[in-house]
Amino acid sequence: MNNEIIGVIITFLLTVLIAIPLGKYMSKIFKDEKVFTDFFAPIERFIFRISRINPDEPMDWKQNMKAMVLLNLVFFFWALILLLIQQWHFWNPAHIGNMEPTLAFNTAASFVSNTNLQHYSGETGASYFSQLLIMVFLQYVSAATGIAALALLFKGLVQKQTSNLGNFYNLFLKTCTRILLPVSTVIAILLLLNGCPVTFNGPQDVHTLEGKIIKAATGPVAPMIAIKQLGTNGGGFFGANSAHPFESPNYITNMIEVISELIIAIGLVFAFGYYSGKKKLAYTIFGAMAFVFITFVSLNIKWETGGNPVINKLGIYQSNTSNMEGKEVRFGAPASSYFSIVTTSTSCGAVNSAHDSFMPLSGGLIITDMMINAIFGGVGVGFLNFFVFLIIAVFISGLMVGRTPEFLGKKIEAREVKIAILVALLHPLLILAGTGISSFLAAHNPDTGWFTNPGYHGFSEMLYEFSSASANNGSEFAGLSANVPFWNIFDGLIMLFSRFLPIIGPVAIAGFIAQKKYIPESAGTLKTEGMTFGIVLLGVVIIIAALSFFPALALGPIAEHFLL
Amino acid sequence: MSKRKKNIKLFEKEIVITALKQSFVKLNPVTMLKNPVMFTVLIGTIIMAVVSFLALSGSGGSLGTPGYDLAITILLFITVLFANFAEAIAEARGKAQAESLRKTREITPAKLIDSNGDITVVNSSSLKKGDVFVAEAGDLIAADGEIIEGLASIDESAITGESAPVIREAETDKSSVIGGTKVLSDKVHVLVTSNPGESFLDKMIALVEGASRQKTPNEIALTILLAGFTIVFLLVTVTLKPFADYAHTVITVAALISLFVCLIPTTIGGLLSAIGIAGMDRALRANIIAKSGKAVETAGDIDVVLLDKTGTITIGNRKATNFYMSNGVDNNVLIRSALLSSISDSTPEGKSIVELAEKNNIKVSESDLKNAKFIKFTAETRMSGVDLPDGTQIRKGSWDAVKKWSVNSNGNVQSLEKVINEISQKGGTPLAVAVNKVVVGAIQLEDIIKPGIKERFERLRKMGVKTVMVTGDNPLTAKFIADAAGVDDFIAEAKPEDKMRYIKEEQKNGKLVAMMGDGTNDAPALAQADVAVAMNTGTQAAKEAANMVDLDSDPTKLLEVIEIGKQLLITRGNITTFSIANDVAKYFAIIPAMFMVAIPGFQTLNIMRLATPESAILSAVIFNAIIIPLLIPLALRGVKYKPLGATAMLRRNLLIYGFGGLITPFIGIKLIDIIVRLFV
Repeated sequence: MNNEIIGVIITFLLTVLIAIPLGKYMSKIFKDEKVFTDFFAPIERFIFRISRINPDEPMDWKQNMKAMVLLNLVFFFWALILLLIQQWHFWNPAHIGNMEPTLAFNTAASFVSNTNLQHYSGETGASYFSQLLIMVFLQYVSAATGIAALALLFKGLVQKQTSNLGNFYNLFLKTCTRILLPVSTVIAILLLLNGCPVTFNGPQDVHTLEGKIIKAATGPVAPMIAIKQLGTNGGGFFGANSAHPFESPNYITNMIEVISELIIAIGLVFAFGYYSGKKKLAYTIFGAMAFVFITFVSLNIKWETGGNPVINKLGIYQSNTSNMEGKEVRFGAPASSYFSIVTTSTSCGAVNSAHDSFMPLSGGLIITDMMINAIFGGVGVGFLNFFVFLIIAVFISGLMVGRTPEFLGKKIEAREVKIAILVALLHPLLILAGTGISSFLAAHNPDTGWFTNPGYHGFSEMLYEFSSASANNGSEFAGLSANVPFWNIFDGLIMLFSRFLPIIGPVAIAGFIAQKKYIPESAGTLKTEGMTFGIVLLGVVIIIAALSFFPALALGPIAEHFLL
Repeated sequence: MSKRKKNIKLFEKEIVITALKQSFVKLNPVTMLKNPVMFTVLIGTIIMAVVSFLALSGSGGSLGTPGYDLAITILLFITVLFANFAEAIAEARGKAQAESLRKTREITPAKLIDSNGDITVVNSSSLKKGDVFVAEAGDLIAADGEIIEGLASIDESAITGESAPVIREAETDKSSVIGGTKVLSDKVHVLVTSNPGESFLDKMIALVEGASRQKTPNEIALTILLAGFTIVFLLVTVTLKPFADYAHTVITVAALISLFVCLIPTTIGGLLSAIGIAGMDRALRANIIAKSGKAVETAGDIDVVLLDKTGTITIGNRKATNFYMSNGVDNNVLIRSALLSSISDSTPEGKSIVELAEKNNIKVSESDLKNAKFIKFTAETRMSGVDLPDGTQIRKGSWDAVKKWSVNSNGNVQSLEKVINEISQKGGTPLAVAVNKVVVGAIQLEDIIKPGIKERFERLRKMGVKTVMVTGDNPLTAKFIADAAGVDDFIAEAKPEDKMRYIKEEQKNGKLVAMMGDGTNDAPALAQADVAVAMNTGTQAAKEAANMVDLDSDPTKLLEVIEIGKQLLITRGNITTFSIANDVAKYFAIIPAMFMVAIPGFQTLNIMRLATPESAILSAVIFNAIIIPLLIPLALRGVKYKPLGATAMLRRNLLIYGFGGLITPFIGIKLIDIIVRLFV
């Protein structure tokens, strides 16, 4: 095994090692237990006092979801309006102009939905003010929205015959102050120490070897990168994202960034175990997710390090036989493969290499990862998505043992199944219908100029775009001219739908479950944990999430592969 | 008297013919709409029929060739018919089962008593609720009802299959009579309790016939899930068309519709209602009349079962098993006294004492009992006995009563006290015997635990069901029997309110409780329980309160009901898993076939090495169709239930139906392809 692969293994192990205590810490925060960050309490109390919110007011699922939607509407309009008047911002040393309305809509939707799909390029499209008070601000609050919603679900699952799911405002603010702020500060400092810039000066003049002077964009990079990774946002300071040397100068920063992407998502799985006392169930969920994750990483590394047969056939000498097109030499192929799977498993969307240039099958795998969208997943929402599969798995396996299905002592009945299947349907609907409509338009108007690559690869790009938008991922296959009104509006709507419905659905299920009678376990109760249940869970994830996309993948990446 | 034919062969000729006819009748779109999965297949068939027609005028492109299109159309139509056939055969079997019950209620004359007290002979079908009729020896009971006057021995073999006649008497817990049964002796007045067509049996017949069958809660949830899968795969296939257009790949309509039909869960969709009907049918075959399908399904979820000790756990009545003499009393004196005091005691206990004495070779002659005066048991004295002509007084009864009466005994009392306590502790009931106010010994009465009952309780425990014994015995005796029979808990010295309290307590903790009862005083508890089975011999009130009636009046039937309920869910769950797991192989058959022409590399994915794209798609569609009739026997009989514990059972079923569902179609489609390639 070579060093590069050992590097990947160490990175993953470190991630899990950090995620476990972080999970315990987060579960304490959700439970309002004593934690070392209690010194934030006065600040939180102050914020609640001026906003006249009683953080201890018990709310049912509807009230909580109303609070969530309301808060996010405010964030959305804050972003939209400020982007439209960007030209007049102070902190705009590069004199960047106003955003075009559909682009502003797309950007606001993108950052509110934690997607961070960027149809603009950071260094030329956004002022420092926008970067900090819109992008970074939304990166915090959108991540906190997801995590707080998940905390509501946790509470709903352990409640007995009450409609109280806790208070969204309280959970939201605490997530910001006690999880995102401290952890991202640590990450930002680590990045700073490793060479990420932090400055409010405008572009710097750089003397190149040729003797020319070029203007190199810079800015308050490190803090934004920290939250972009930690909050699985993905919106980079620069257009090139984590491949840009200022965003990730070296292998160590790459490692820090890829670890930051996963720790909260994995930590929340463990947090569920600590919160509910069902540690074995948490391990089962982690095991099922890790199985898919590790399989994907291994295959991706195998295909990428295998090199490109087309180049090999040309007889070109390569010092590195991996497929290095679109990859940074300082990271290498395996670390880039790992990054690509992490960023698409979580809904992060940060990239350290060009996904468009991956081998067709690796590219297909990356798309599949976003189609599943529940392997660790975005902070908070990943677990919420997975919960939908969990409910379906519980239902099917309950029938298989001859008992009305139960999950954590609560019966899973028609209403829960209905919500779960609707949420599970939404993702394929948005991706397939979206890709279908644009395929139809593109096939009948070949002159749109949307695609630089025609045929199967063009199709893959389109599939990627919609998968990325619907998974709230935000990464892109390049080659698609995305900043046109059609894509701006279409993507923007998809991002908003695919963000909020999959939060509301599972929380509603938790709300219904909370009201149900608790049934103590008996010998006839199926324990929804362990290997056997894990297999059912995997089966459901693979059949619903992956198999329903098989024909689409066949026409895109798989067809490309066969034509190599 | 012949036993009612209980088992109908799976595919009896008449039933199959009826079902075949029904398969076509059920093509009515309104009927089909109830089954969203199969409805979409019907739509697909219609589209394919149109495509075949269009292909006749100009084939090629996405229309395909007319012959191939026609083949797919026919196969899809057959798929729909197979699903209809599955439902029809389940219904036909249910009907046949019900018919054999219904035969017992042919129109018979009834002797109606009118308001003046006069008897008029009317047709049984004109009897209404509230009417009173007379039935005498030789008459058939005209309608379900309750005896309000008199007592009769009745032959119920037509209903229960049991040949021994039963006694039915007014104002007892055994006052119910069923229409179609025959009065063997005596004369009774019967109050009709239901209007024609509304009796339990009529309701049950309607349920198995599917006419009034309502979907059960789990069935509704499953239908939603299956509809969800159908929508996903509809999206998958519909969007494939623009995808292919964009990529300049031609896909025929036939291939698209075949992909759709193969992917949607037609197997479970086609068998779902058959499974439900078959569940009701199994209940009926076990001679249980359920008032709703929901009750049968709920039975599978039962956590706690309340069982009466007598008749369920122990054989009817207590038996004398031993004599214990007091110090200095001759063994024969004790046995002889016991025998003399019991000879005219007609209670089962008394008879068993006589039997035991005779086993000890002690007999009494007629002359001994000449002019003897028998003392009957009363609640006040709690003793019975005999006063012989020579002045000897013999008494037997509860220890307290006998001790009080035996004023002349001295040290005997202490020595026997110990014996008495021992008997109690061992779960027996002690009867003391005294002669001339001197205690002479004790008789041990014991409950005989039914053979095999312990294993049944073990089975229930493995299912996760808690068994609770209900008895009027004192706690000491109750505990001993509970331990010996292997029940988990008991309610001793139980009054009807105690049952009620216990059920409510368990339900408060989220448990589902089942019980069986027959008496009027059981009715409130029966109404409270989640699954309540009333014995057919029981009172009308009990039957009204219960949600099932057991025609055999067999107290152990509850256990069978639970298994039927579980089996119903398991069959559904496993066929669902099988159906969905099949999709993997179907993908591997159809996807390469769709794209192989445009991109030859797809041949790599044709891992089954199917001959041509056409044969691959045809084979997948054929497999998809024939798997439905192949699974009909499983759907009708139900997946065998084994009490393994939930996780072990999940593992087992996952292996058989999950993994099996993954592998089977690979083999099946390959085999079909070998035949199909000869024709394509």
